[in-house]
Amino acid sequence: MLVITCPYCGPRCESEFSNGGEAHIERPKDPESLSDAEWAEFVFLRNNPKGLLLERWNHAQGCRRWFNVARDTVTYEILAVYPMGSPPPALAPKRYV
Amino acid sequence: MVESYLRQSALAHLGLEAQRARDEAAAAVRLHEKVLPAAVNLRGDGDDPAFLEAVAQALGLTLPLAPNTTASNAEVAILWLGPNEWLVIQHDAAPDAESHLATRLRNAPGDFHSAVTEVGESLVCIHLAGPRAADVIAKGCPLDLHPSVFGGAGRCAQSHLSKTAITLHQVSDEENGGPAFDLYTRRSFADYLWRWLSDAAREYNKA
Amino acid sequence: MSGRMRLPHGGQVDHEKPLSFTFNGKTYTGLAGDTLASALLANGVHLVGRSFKYHRPRGIVTAGPEEPNALVQVGEDPRTDPNMKATQLELVEGLSARSQNAWPSVEFDIGAVNTLAARAIPAGFYYKTFMWPASAWKTYEHVIRRAAGLGTSPQQRDPDRYDKTYAHCDVLVVGAGPAGLAAALAAGRSGARVVLVEQDHLLGGALLNASEEMIDGVPALDWVRSAETELAQMPNLRILRRTVAYGAFDHGFYGLMENVTDHLAEAPDHLPRHRLWKLRAAKAVFCCGAIERPLVFADNDRPGVMTASSVQSYVNRYALKPGKRAVVFTNNDSGYGAALDMTAAGIEVAAVIDLRAAPGGPLTERAEAAGLRILADHAIIGTAGKKRVTKVRVAELSAEGDAVVGTAEEIDCDLVAVSGGWNPTVHLFCHAKGSLEWDEDHACFVPGKAMQAGQQVAGSANGAFGLAACLAEGAEAGAAAAAEAGFEPGAAVTAESDDRDFLPGRWMWLVPSDKPLGQKAKHFVDQQNDVTAADLKLALREGYVSIEHVKRYTTTGMATDQGKLGNVNAIGIVAEAFGRPLPEVGVTTFRPPFTPVSFGIFAGRDVDDLLDPLRRTPMHAWHERNGALFEDVGQWRRPWYYPQFGEDMHQAVNREVKAVRESLGVLDASTLGKIDIQGPDAAEFLNRVYTNAWKKLDIGKARYGLMLGEDGMVMDDGVTTRLGENHFLMTTTTGNAAPVLAHLEDYLQTEWPDLQVYLTSVTEQFATITLSGPNARTLMAELSDAELSPNALPHMGYTAAKVAGVPARIFRISFTGELSYEINVPASFGMAVWQTVMTAGERYGITPYGTEAMHVLRAEKGYIIVGQETDGSVTPLDLDMGWAVSKTKDFIGKRSLTRADMQKPDRKQLVGILTQDPKEVLPEGAQLVEGVLPQPPMPMLGHVTSSYYSPNCGRSIAMALIKGGLARKGETLYAPLEGGKTVACVVAESPVFFDPEGKRLNG
Repeated sequence: MLVITCPYCGPRCESEFSNGGEAHIERPKDPESLSDAEWAEFVFLRNNPKGLLLERWNHAQGCRRWFNVARDTVTYEILAVYPMGSPPPALAPKRYV
Repeated sequence: MVESYLRQSALAHLGLEAQRARDEAAAAVRLHEKVLPAAVNLRGDGDDPAFLEAVAQALGLTLPLAPNTTASNAEVAILWLGPNEWLVIQHDAAPDAESHLATRLRNAPGDFHSAVTEVGESLVCIHLAGPRAADVIAKGCPLDLHPSVFGGAGRCAQSHLSKTAITLHQVSDEENGGPAFDLYTRRSFADYLWRWLSDAAREYNKA
Repeated sequence: MSGRMRLPHGGQVDHEKPLSFTFNGKTYTGLAGDTLASALLANGVHLVGRSFKYHRPRGIVTAGPEEPNALVQVGEDPRTDPNMKATQLELVEGLSARSQNAWPSVEFDIGAVNTLAARAIPAGFYYKTFMWPASAWKTYEHVIRRAAGLGTSPQQRDPDRYDKTYAHCDVLVVGAGPAGLAAALAAGRSGARVVLVEQDHLLGGALLNASEEMIDGVPALDWVRSAETELAQMPNLRILRRTVAYGAFDHGFYGLMENVTDHLAEAPDHLPRHRLWKLRAAKAVFCCGAIERPLVFADNDRPGVMTASSVQSYVNRYALKPGKRAVVFTNNDSGYGAALDMTAAGIEVAAVIDLRAAPGGPLTERAEAAGLRILADHAIIGTAGKKRVTKVRVAELSAEGDAVVGTAEEIDCDLVAVSGGWNPTVHLFCHAKGSLEWDEDHACFVPGKAMQAGQQVAGSANGAFGLAACLAEGAEAGAAAAAEAGFEPGAAVTAESDDRDFLPGRWMWLVPSDKPLGQKAKHFVDQQNDVTAADLKLALREGYVSIEHVKRYTTTGMATDQGKLGNVNAIGIVAEAFGRPLPEVGVTTFRPPFTPVSFGIFAGRDVDDLLDPLRRTPMHAWHERNGALFEDVGQWRRPWYYPQFGEDMHQAVNREVKAVRESLGVLDASTLGKIDIQGPDAAEFLNRVYTNAWKKLDIGKARYGLMLGEDGMVMDDGVTTRLGENHFLMTTTTGNAAPVLAHLEDYLQTEWPDLQVYLTSVTEQFATITLSGPNARTLMAELSDAELSPNALPHMGYTAAKVAGVPARIFRISFTGELSYEINVPASFGMAVWQTVMTAGERYGITPYGTEAMHVLRAEKGYIIVGQETDGSVTPLDLDMGWAVSKTKDFIGKRSLTRADMQKPDRKQLVGILTQDPKEVLPEGAQLVEGVLPQPPMPMLGHVTSSYYSPNCGRSIAMALIKGGLARKGETLYAPLEGGKTVACVVAESPVFFDPEGKRLNG
C-alpha cells in the first residue's frame, strides 16, 4: 500500500487513488491523419519498464484531480509528483539491467 | 411553499430518534444523524479574484484556499474539496434553503467561469463525537486524524470509509470529551455506513 | 501442584494461580503465565505430535515462534484453530488442545509404519511417485494429507468477531526486548508518536529467559519493569502486546495482528477476538531478536532434544525442569548458559559436548570452574529412546572434523540442550526488501542495506549479540528514528551492562556420525517438514542448483515455521556440498506472514450485510413493503419484480409488461447516473465525447448519445438534456455512473484543460420516477402543473414544473417505447411523490415494474443495454447504430472505427433472433451455429445476448451478436443446448419487435 502525495491534498493512502497508466501520451491532434499503426501505437501500446516509470494517477476518492507520478517499479519509491501538463522534473533514477 | 414533513432522510427507515435517546448514556463515542443538510457544490478558479470576490459577497465568507481547510460562520460552512471545488453546507435549514443558497451564488455578479450545483439532497451527514470518535473512523478510513497531522477542528478531507467515499469535517476538538466530526456520504450508502459505524463503535460503548 | 517438574518458586508464572487444561483428552494443571508448552513440560509431557512424513515421535523443541513440532489443534468446532504453536499459546483456564498429526493417538500412531519404510520416502518422493498419471494425484493426495495432516479447519461458521483498523505513527518499534525497549524509550522521550509491538504478553524479550543479567546495576527484569512504567506513562506511545508484526510492506506499511481476547477464559462480548492493525509508520526500528540454531546430528529429533536457550527459558521464565539429567551439545559459548542455569535449578548436567577443539568464552570458563564435565572436540553421533530421548552416543571428532574417531561413549539423559549458534530474526527487514550480508564471525546472515528509507535494525536482530550492544544500538536507533521523523531528542537513554557474545564458535553444518549419511539414522534439518541432510544431498545429486529450487524440491523451510530453525543449516549443508562459500548460495525469500495469522482479521467487520454496501434508493422501503424481489445492479439494489398473489417470476413479469403497454407502469429509475455539466464549452465537450452531434441541440431538448473508448468500443449510452445554454444533464447507465464521470474528468483535465466545463455528479440528488404507458399523460396532468401537450412537451422534450407539489424536472424520454415521463424530484421528496403517484394512479391500474419487465419492454423495442448487448468488443457499427455516429466531427474513438480490423465482414454484429417455435425461449449466452455437428467443437457464430418471452408480441424474442450477422437476415441458425437439444431460429429482419413505427412513443 503506497503513500501517494496528491499535489493538492497532500500525502494519502493508495486506496484513495486510481492508476491511469503511462503518462505523457498525448491524444493526437488530428487522428484521421494517422495510419492504423500510428493510431494503434497511441491507443494500445504502453511501456513497462523496470525502473523509472512516469504514470498518471487520479485522486479518485479525494479531490478527483489527475496528476503525474514518477515511480521506480522495482522499489516502488515515488521520485516525484507533478501536475498534469508539466514536463517531468529532472530525476536521477536507479538503473537496472 | 413545499411541505417539509414530506421530506425523508436516507436513514429514516432506521428510526434513529428513538435509538439516540437510548444510547446517549456515557458513550465513548456518540453517533447521530444531522438530518437533511442543505448543500451546494461550487466550482471556480481559486486564482480568479473576480470569482473569490463574488463568492465572498454572496456568502459573507472568504473561500478557504488552503487544502483541507474550511471556513464557517453562523449560517454556513465551506469545505475545501479541491483546487477548484468547494462544498457549501448549511445545517438545520428550511427545505428551500438549498435553492436559496444556490441562487445567491449563481446571481453573484462578475465575469468568471463557475458552476453552482445543488447537492444537499444527495448527502447524509453522520455526526460522531467523543474520546473514541477518531478511532471509530480509523477502523475504515486511512486518514491520519491525529491533531498533529489532521489539524483539529476546522479541517476537512475527502477519503473513503471502508467501501464508501466520505467527506470528513472536524467540527470540534472538544465535544462529549473528544473530537467531533461531521461525516458526509452519498445518501444511498447511508444505511450501510450507519450500520458499519455502529458496529465499529460497539467495543467502545459497552453498556 | 502444577506438574511434577515444576520448581517450587521463581519465574514469571504465578504459583498461586493454577489453571486446569486438557491435552489429548487428559486433564493437567498449569499456572497463570504458562504457555501450553511450558505447562505440558511442567507435567513431564514432551511428546506432542508425530512428524509430517515419517510419523516419528516429536517433542517440544523451542519456547517461541520458531517451534516446528508442538503444533496443536485448539478448541472444538466452530471455535477451533489448527497449527497453534504450543510454545506461544498462553494457558487459559479450560484450554483444550490435542495433537493434530497423529492417528489414532500420539502414543500409538499407525502412520509410524512410515518410519520403517523411510528409505522409500526420499526427497521429492511425492513428486516422483504420485505425479503420474496426473489425474491420480487427486486420489493419492487425500490419503497422504490425512495421514500427514496439519490440523483441521473448522467446519462451521466462525462465531467470533474480528476487527481491523488503520493506524499511524512516527516510529514503529518491533520487539520489546532490551533493544526494543531502549529504542522505544529513546523515541518516546522525543515526543514522537511511537508504537511498540510485542508478540509476547510480557515485555523483556530474551531477558525474560535470563537468570542473572544485570542492567545499570540492577537485575535486568527490574530495569525492564521501570522502562515499562515509563513507557506506559507516555501519552504519545502505544504498547501493543500479544501482537505480531507479521509483515512489512511498501512505504512503511505494516501488518500487525493483535490477539485481543484469546488469553481470556471468558471473552467479553463487546471486544473483537483479533484485530488487524494496518499501520503506517514513518520510521521503523526492528528489534526482533535472534533465534538459536539447532545442530544437525544423527537422530536429532527425539523428544527431549531442545534448543539450549529454550531450556533456559523453561527453567528461568517458567520455573520448571524440562528433564532430570541433561546433556548439552554446543559449538559456541552460549550453550554453557543452559548448563549453568540447569545446574542451578537442580538438573543434573551429565556432560557438555562441545564441537570446539578448544572451548572458550566467559560462560565456558564458568562451567569449567563449576567442574562440569566438558568433552571438547566431541560430537553427539546418535541418540536413543522411543518417545523420549534416553541416551546419546558421543565420540571424538577427527582432525578435520568431518568424521568421528575412537569408540563411542553412551551417556544416559532425558534432555539434550543444543546450541548451533544464532540467527538474527531478519524477516520483517527482508519483507521490506532489505538485503542481507553474511557475518563470517558469527556465521549468520545480518541485515545489510534497507531498501526502504527509515528502516533500521537494532540489537541481536542486527547481529549485535551482547546485551550492552543491544541496549546501545536500540537507544541509538530509536533516537535516530525520532530525529529523522522531525522530533527533538529527549533525555538520552543510557543503560550499562555486560557485553558478552556467544563467540568463539566452531561452525559445522552437518555433524558427522559413525554411519554413512542417511543410513540407520536421520540428520533432520527441518523437523516440521521431515527434511533431512540426506534429502538435501539427494536433491543436489539430482541436479538442483538454486537454493530456491532445493527448497521447493525438498520442502525444507516451507511449513508454518518458515524455516526459522532450519534454513541456515540447510544453506550451509548445500554450500558445503557444492564446495562454495555459503553467502554465494544465498538465502531463500522471506515472505509474510512471520507467523500464521487468522483469516478473520482480513475480513474484519466486512461480513454478512456489511460485506459490501447495498445502495438504497429513496423509495427502497416502499419496494420492500410491497413485496419486491431485488436484483443487485453493481452495489445498487433494484426491484426486480413485484410478485402478487403467489405469482412466479414469469407470471409477475408478464403482468408488469402488459400493464405498461395497456395502461400505466411506474419504475424507480433513481439509480441512473446523472452528471451535471456546466460551462461555456459544455456543448463542445459533449461533441467530443459522444459519437453524435450536440452543438445544435435546443434548450429543453434531450438526445440519445453513445460514448466510446478510444479503442472505438461502446463504453456507455444515455440521454443528455440541454437545461440551458451552458448547462446539460447527462444520464448514464446505472453501473457506469462512476466510470463515466472518471472518463470525462480524465479528458477534461488531461487532454482538453482549455475547455471551460465543470462536471458534478448529481445521481443521488434526485429520486427518479418513470411513468410509462398510454395513461402516463393523463396521470401526469392530474399531478403536475406542466404543459404536457405533444407540442409543448414532445418526445425527447424537457420541462421544469411541479409534480405532487414538489419542484421537479420532467423528461419525456422512453426506454419502453411507450409514452413515458422521467420525473426527477429532490431525493428527500422521492418517497412522498412516489406514494402520491401510486395513490393517484390507482384508477389507471398503475403497476410498479422492476428491472426484469424493463428489460423485456426495451428488448421488444430492440433497445440495447450496454454491458448486455455489448462486452467491450462491440462498436456502434457492430450494433447497426451508424445513425448515431457522426461522419464529420472527431470524437473519442472515432479513428478506431476505420481501422482495418473494424472493417472485417466477419465481425460480430447485433441482430434480432426469432425461434421457429414461438414458445421456445433461448437461454441467454446460448451459442449459435450454422449447422449442428454430432459433437463439439463446431464453428460458433456468436451468442444470444438477450432473450425473453414477450407477452406483447405473443412469442419469444431475442438478440444476438453473430459473425457477419447483418448479412444473414432470414438465415436459419441453430442453438445446440445443454443436454443435446437443438433450437432452430431465424435471423430477424429487424431487432425491433414491437411498434416498429414508434407511434406509441411519439403519441
